[in-house]
Amino acid sequence: MPDNLTREVRLMAENGSPVPRTEPAPPGVPQQAVFDVSGVAVYYGDFRAVRDVSLDVRQHEITAFIGPSGCGKSTMLRCFNRMNDLIDTARVEGDISYHGVDLYDPAVNPVEVRRRIGMVFQKPNPFPKSIYDNVAYGPKVAGAKGNLDDVVEEALQGAALWDEVKDRLKESGMSLSGGQQQRLCIARAIATDPEVLLMDEPCSALDPIATGRIEDLMVEIKERYTIIIVTHNMQQAARVSDRTAFFTTEVNEESDRRTGLLVEYADTDKIFTTPDDERTENYVTGRFG
Amino acid sequence: MALTTPASLGGGIAAEQVRRQLTGNRSDVSGKAFQAILIAALATSIVILGVLVYDVAQTGSGTLTGRLGDFLQGSLRSQAEASGILQGLRGTFFIGVFTVVVAFPVGIASAIYLEEYARSTRLTRFIDVSIRNLAGVPSVVYGILGLAIFVKALGSFTGPDAQGRSVISAGLTLAILVLPIVIITSAEALRAVPAELREAAYGVGATTWEVTKHHVIPYAAPGILTGTVLALARALGEAAPLILVGAVTGFLSGGTGMSLDSLDERFTAMPIVITTWAGRPGADWEQATAAAIVVLLAVVLLANAIAILLRNRYEKKRG
Amino acid sequence: MTSLASNPTSYSLEDFHGSRSRMRKERIVRAVLFTAASTSIVISVAIVASLIGEAWTFVSQVELAALWTDGWFPRRGMYDVKTLVSGSLIVTVIAMAVAGPLGLGAAVYLSEYAPATVRKVVKPALEILAGIPSVVLGFFALTFLSPVIVQRLNDEATQFNIAAAGIGVGILTIPLVASISEDAMRSVPMALREASYGLGARKITTTIRVVIPAAVSGLVAAFIVAVSRAIGETMVVFIAAGATGGSLFSTDIFRPGQTMTAAMASQAAGTDQVRGAGLTFQSLFFVGMLLFLVTLVLNVLASRFVRRVRQAY
Repeated sequence: MPDNLTREVRLMAENGSPVPRTEPAPPGVPQQAVFDVSGVAVYYGDFRAVRDVSLDVRQHEITAFIGPSGCGKSTMLRCFNRMNDLIDTARVEGDISYHGVDLYDPAVNPVEVRRRIGMVFQKPNPFPKSIYDNVAYGPKVAGAKGNLDDVVEEALQGAALWDEVKDRLKESGMSLSGGQQQRLCIARAIATDPEVLLMDEPCSALDPIATGRIEDLMVEIKERYTIIIVTHNMQQAARVSDRTAFFTTEVNEESDRRTGLLVEYADTDKIFTTPDDERTENYVTGRFG
Repeated sequence: MALTTPASLGGGIAAEQVRRQLTGNRSDVSGKAFQAILIAALATSIVILGVLVYDVAQTGSGTLTGRLGDFLQGSLRSQAEASGILQGLRGTFFIGVFTVVVAFPVGIASAIYLEEYARSTRLTRFIDVSIRNLAGVPSVVYGILGLAIFVKALGSFTGPDAQGRSVISAGLTLAILVLPIVIITSAEALRAVPAELREAAYGVGATTWEVTKHHVIPYAAPGILTGTVLALARALGEAAPLILVGAVTGFLSGGTGMSLDSLDERFTAMPIVITTWAGRPGADWEQATAAAIVVLLAVVLLANAIAILLRNRYEKKRG
Repeated sequence: MTSLASNPTSYSLEDFHGSRSRMRKERIVRAVLFTAASTSIVISVAIVASLIGEAWTFVSQVELAALWTDGWFPRRGMYDVKTLVSGSLIVTVIAMAVAGPLGLGAAVYLSEYAPATVRKVVKPALEILAGIPSVVLGFFALTFLSPVIVQRLNDEATQFNIAAAGIGVGILTIPLVASISEDAMRSVPMALREASYGLGARKITTTIRVVIPAAVSGLVAAFIVAVSRAIGETMVVFIAAGATGGSLFSTDIFRPGQTMTAAMASQAAGTDQVRGAGLTFQSLFFVGMLLFLVTLVLNVLASRFVRRVRQAY
């Protein structure tokens, strides 16, 4: 991939710290873990939103977080790029390591984390700027100088949006349809050349056709990225993901507030066909929702 | 009144009866009266505004049509017919400049810190409480602050030959007076910026300042502008603090210099001119006062009207 | 890029420090913004500090008898506090008698009855009323309210009188009462109104029995804020109530009178500088301190009530 190589060299020259890129493992070679999560609990003030999360996220796989609302799956997702830092009262306990680096080490700069671990949000949220500027924004703030046309084109192609917008890059990102906006947001996220993409219910605001396109896109790009997706939609998890984590909520003994917890984490096939835990089975078969 | 069940009667009669019950013959007298009272309350408030503007314009029209040029360019005199408001306009102009130069940047920066940077610590909560309390402090008390600090303590800087009673002292005092208004309105504008916009920018690895500068401020700009214009209007109309910091209420020689060197001289301002003239007996002074008021109102209400229009336009645009 | 997963790349902590110049800029901006934010504390402290020194001198040196005399004549050593306090109180009561019903009525109409088109015109008009400088209201009170209204009610009334000043202050606070009350009523959830209409209640019943009780904390807050504003208002009283030299203790609203605020302005006006025998200068700070404390208490009280509305909905 010569394109990719030149870009990498360029970014390296500009920032001094390249984003490592690894190719998918050949069959038979054990997958490498990107994230190692052990014993994580997240608090909002005194309120414990989620507890007892331990799992590992593997490279070039799609990992799905499913579960009823309030189970802490979105909260957990936002721990991976330290988005929870933006909430005053949020506190993370336990270990989340990214390629062996503790993400919550005081020396870690959340800004650098987010450049490597991109995010796509529930509601498409393009900047009220041109399509071009939306995509170019991430590389620009990361210090990329000069002409970013190639980066923008590559990212838009990566998000399967290039052909639809290549003649109107100057138009506002808000002028696109909902599904296009969400693909623009994906393009924006991959323009900083991240290794991981976090997707927080990316299709919940989209119609079935747009949803299908995003799902196809996810499967396409997992060769290059590691994806974690939070979804309400069990069929979606079953269709696209390699591994699935099922979260649920339990009422606390001391108060009547609910805390989320991780019930089971395994290959998607197993979660949907022969789960170990009864709660998982009840949920995926629709007996509890 | 229980409805008769339609089954017990013929269809046509039942429909007729139901219709009569639903249209009702109860006239809502108390409701109508209540509404009339409310409209009267609102109308009175608006009428007062109308009467005020009309009365002042009427009284001042003679001076304004008869000798507008002299009136705008003349100085304070002992005869009403010869007096002008140039010194007042000059003082009010510089007070506006101080507000823009001091209160706007500090106020907007405060609001940005509190909304975009500050975590909810004891210190930031304390800052928040003090801003809210400052907003409620009577303006005359700010005059005391100006008197004690800018006139007495710092008099050798603010006006060595005027014992500190200069337009610098006045401008700084009023800048401080409107600071809480600038902060509160700017903070409201920043709070109205959707969280998704911030998340989007943070999500691609922007720093807090980049998020603020590139996305939050542009979005909040109309709201911030509205708040600052309102604050400016407030500063231009204030009189009480100026009396305390020693605005000239009698006669003033000079006080028309537009250079920066003249800032440390004695001064007066439009609201002070109005106050002084209002206290003088006779119809000619009353007319001169009204004319001065028309000039001040034109400036202040224009600023207000611009701010209100601006806000309404953007509120509509953003839905 | 041919390295395989068997030869994995891994990160070290240094990769996550970020560009040094970018982080330095971030730190500098943060420090500047924080400095700006902390000026509010500095100002609060400065206000208290500038009041407290001279006020304390006054309190510790004044003869107690001078605080309870026939009137407020600071240049003659007569510091009758009750003259000023009662003056402020009377002005506030008159102002509230004007602004309370008018402001509340306007707010109820705008929030519950007014069609969108009326709101669109009337709200800006009220905001313009809010923007009128108080010196203008003072002139209006002296040249219009006093001869046209007050002196017609009572032919004994002098040209400068407390009644006209009170009405003027009231007009000044109408927009304040109206806007805070309207906000409070509009924040009452639609569902409550619908529940009432659903039971067949009329609009007046819904407004009086459902909306107003639900918004009562906000209405109380509006009232308190307006009282605080009325007590702190200076220029209307200074211009329209006369008594710039001083005032005998009086509760007659048709005669000149003095309030705390106007007394402060009077002391500074007319002469080149605040001066006079003995403790005149200090008495200014004493009255200022009194005023500051009264309005502070009222504002804290009002924000309690506002918070209660926020918590409820």
